[in-house]
Amino acid sequence: MATAILRESTIMKIHYGTALAAVALVAVHVLMRLTSGGFAASLEYETVLANYRFLPYALMLEIILVLLSIHGFNGLRVILLELRQGPRYEKAVSYGCLAAMFALIAYGSRTIIMTNMGMV
Amino acid sequence: MASVDQEEGDAGREAGTDSQDRYDGAGSSSSSGSAKTAADGNRAGVGGMINPGRYGIERVAYWLMRLSGLGLLAYFIGHIYETSSILQGKMGWDEFLAITQTTEGHILLAIVIGMCVFHTVNGIRVMLGHGGVGVGRAARPDYPYIPASQNYRHKLGIYTAIVLAAIAMMYGLAVMFGV
Amino acid sequence: MALQAAAGQASAQQTGTQRTITLRIARSNPAHDSSTTGFDDFDVPYEKWTTVLDAILEVKKSLDHSVAVRYSCRQATCGSCGMMINGRPRLACFTKIDELNSSVITVEPLQNFPVIRDLAVGFDSLFENHREVRPYLDRENTELEGVPDGELKEYPQSPEELEQYIQFANCIKCGLCNAACPTMATDSSFLGPQALAQAYRYVGDSRDKGKDSRLKVIDDSHGIWRCHFAGSCSQVCPKGVDPAMGIQLLRGYMLGFGGGSGNNNQK
Repeated sequence: MATAILRESTIMKIHYGTALAAVALVAVHVLMRLTSGGFAASLEYETVLANYRFLPYALMLEIILVLLSIHGFNGLRVILLELRQGPRYEKAVSYGCLAAMFALIAYGSRTIIMTNMGMV
Repeated sequence: MASVDQEEGDAGREAGTDSQDRYDGAGSSSSSGSAKTAADGNRAGVGGMINPGRYGIERVAYWLMRLSGLGLLAYFIGHIYETSSILQGKMGWDEFLAITQTTEGHILLAIVIGMCVFHTVNGIRVMLGHGGVGVGRAARPDYPYIPASQNYRHKLGIYTAIVLAAIAMMYGLAVMFGV
Repeated sequence: MALQAAAGQASAQQTGTQRTITLRIARSNPAHDSSTTGFDDFDVPYEKWTTVLDAILEVKKSLDHSVAVRYSCRQATCGSCGMMINGRPRLACFTKIDELNSSVITVEPLQNFPVIRDLAVGFDSLFENHREVRPYLDRENTELEGVPDGELKEYPQSPEELEQYIQFANCIKCGLCNAACPTMATDSSFLGPQALAQAYRYVGDSRDKGKDSRLKVIDDSHGIWRCHFAGSCSQVCPKGVDPAMGIQLLRGYMLGFGGGSGNNNQK
């Protein structure tokens, strides 16, 4: 995401790619809510825990987490870069979004990994 | 040469140093960097960026895309935080779930569903456009110059995104309220 | 600033055989006094064929000669008289009062450009961005080796190859597209639709060999990727250039879709 590391065209290709991949996986994630005995039942503790402990589903959640974090924070970076300009501001935005992205991935991964490994 | 003020009949207009010198007097500078900074004085700003009244449905789609993107990012962060409550066991999960399983929570989620569907469908349209798909072919233009890129295909895409978002919101509300 | 006619007066009235319109002209002189900005209202007679530029010049001739406006050809060729007319960027010489269907016409300086005075804006950034995309045919000097002095070398082009870019060569650099662009509304570093469409004009030209260096310029954090295909630039272009199309075709090329560019002349 930091412009010093990647060309803008590469960043935007990643932006498009993560969007397309996330659309497919989020659709599966949402369908799981609707097909697991109804919406309310799918949110019950036992059902959610079973979802997390099913490795393929946990992997899918992890991939969604990474895809949406990249896509979302790059989108935020684009909006912020267009709002104001200046070398220091732009650097702060780029690295700030990158840091926020990693933080969110780390926080979400902690939930997925700990729940999947039965640490709950 | 540009006739900046009250002079009439200057032939042509070029971007030469002559005109650049004139602009210097107005607080602008001949160097590109500072010229860009000086241009901020008359920028339309966020209000001009949104401007829903003068540039058709394409402009509406433009800011709806931004708003829905920001909304979805906010929801995503909240969702990651919300689901982490499972680490606190059944009690923690049920407590957090109770907060979201309210009328306000359902309405908020319905809005998120609408934003998600609009952002997805319009995003695919924009992505196709960015790839040069459906923007027409370059050709010698004829008066009255109707821009080929602003064609019915993309307008249809925008209206489809809005309609599908509305349908998804209604379906979501029906599911959540158990209608 | 003294009003030359009663503000808010219902105009477009019949006065004998001539109708009149209230022309609201934005007045400012940032170099002299940046705090004083406002509008002056003028009642101006008009006919079916009267353009907004004609009305402004009538004001300058008969009511207030100090109104600053830039114009030249009066036929939508020079691109000098771009301004916000009733909130939308238009060429004053190409906009008839009759077609606006309004009894009050408000003219303001083009948005997203620094104001010099009243309706005249500075085009430094437009021209600078235009230069940045290398708006000329890029060829190797070595190609001219062996051509005898005084003789010319032709770069032939088929009519089909001409069609790839001729639309974008119509640009008169009036700046209306940049004034309408939502990204330009907040991003002072954005190259803008004018420059990006011109980049495609040369990338799409079969005689040009400077594609790589041109693409490097526009592949920047404030380059082509900051266009979000809102299409406002194409809606206001008075010459049918359709900058939005050029930008998307160029981006399509960069994404590997071919993007409609028939120029594969890097071989």
